[in-house]
Amino acid sequence: MKPAPFEYRAPEDLDEALAVLAERGDEAKVLAGGQSLVPMLALRLTSFECLVDIGRVAELQGARREDGVLVVGAGTVDAAVGADPAVAASVPLLAEATPLIGHFQIRNRGTIGGSLAHADPAAEYPAVALALDAELEVASAAGRRVVPAAEFFEGTWTTALEGDEILTAARFSVWEGRCGFAVEELARRHGDFAVAGAAGGVALDPDGTVVRCAVALIGMESTPVRAWRAEAALVGTSPGPAEVVEAAQLAVDGIDPPADVHGSGAYRKKVGAEMVRRMLTRALEEAARV
Amino acid sequence: MFETTVEMDVNGKRWAAEVEPRKTLADFLREDCALTGTHLGCEHGVCGACTVLVDGRAVRSCLMFAVQAQGHEVTTIEGLAGPDGELSAVQEAFRAEHGLQCGFCTPGFVVSVTDFLAEHPNPTDGEIRQGLSGNLCRCTGYQGIVRAVRRAAAGG
Repeated sequence: MKPAPFEYRAPEDLDEALAVLAERGDEAKVLAGGQSLVPMLALRLTSFECLVDIGRVAELQGARREDGVLVVGAGTVDAAVGADPAVAASVPLLAEATPLIGHFQIRNRGTIGGSLAHADPAAEYPAVALALDAELEVASAAGRRVVPAAEFFEGTWTTALEGDEILTAARFSVWEGRCGFAVEELARRHGDFAVAGAAGGVALDPDGTVVRCAVALIGMESTPVRAWRAEAALVGTSPGPAEVVEAAQLAVDGIDPPADVHGSGAYRKKVGAEMVRRMLTRALEEAARV
Repeated sequence: MFETTVEMDVNGKRWAAEVEPRKTLADFLREDCALTGTHLGCEHGVCGACTVLVDGRAVRSCLMFAVQAQGHEVTTIEGLAGPDGELSAVQEAFRAEHGLQCGFCTPGFVVSVTDFLAEHPNPTDGEIRQGLSGNLCRCTGYQGIVRAVRRAAAGG
């Protein structure tokens, strides 16, 4: 299999990459780790006149703490996100989600920015970004802007990024205190995209009351979805198993998941509720141990 | 179209060639370097047969263009044995435990396991199975492969 011919550019700094995009517009596509883009090109589901490889742009690499925020460079490979002790300590949900992405060979090449910008509705990092209200740093030759995760994901493989823009980093605010985080997914085979899943976290006050709750659904709609009503139902309470089941049901109420070869919409909804229940149960247990 | 020069170390030897950017690393290794030990199964990142090491880490060579490997170090199945053809610990363990039948998927497994054991020197059975999940084998039923990984981890 061969992709259609393309011109290849491999700039070594961000400004040069942005200049190419400014010049070529929609004819050009950013190539990060290529773990989604290359198969799509190989299968000729898509083609571009020019690929701009950002794999050599050093300023997009690595994660760093800035006050109460963890800033993860878009070019950081999944394996590095998963292995970074600073990531695990500041944003445990990223560390929890990483092993669920593809297989380790994929995580050695795939990047966090690539996953966010590709915006597959069943991908893990977009759900984590949405659950944690991440802020996405975006650059073009004309300037910089920050897009909240809630406004970034617009549909399947569609984001708020313009053709001349590059996602440069994701900023995650660090939760302090008694927190617990979890990701739960059901996939037919290890490494497959999930049939349905949930990612999120809870924070407890010293009495065990939920003071903060975040729930994002994976693979249930054309983008990751925040389960606001489930979150609101738990905040201010000390939920037991029955309340968690109720919240999990609230999370999927009103969601109309797509049907495909792996299951009907109704099945997906059932699985989604169960994944929320398991995720919240694990997160609450973890937070209670802190 | 758009041909460009690409240069990289493959199994410790410098290789340079004129390639189209759309040529995958897998095709570069097979066609330009004549290293046909790297096998191509699905060609879209699912089967793992084409796994090679890039800077020591296992990657799908069908999901990487040769131009992206510019300046990097690539190790293929041909580069794992010692200079006298002495099998690596992983290769020897696959032989000893019958971790292969037809052999088509084997280069990908051996390369993947080489990186896996570098990261997990004392893996549990669960970790071994998870580590193998990115490679498909249609003959063995995996039991011999799991045993081979255990044997290689235990030092042969």
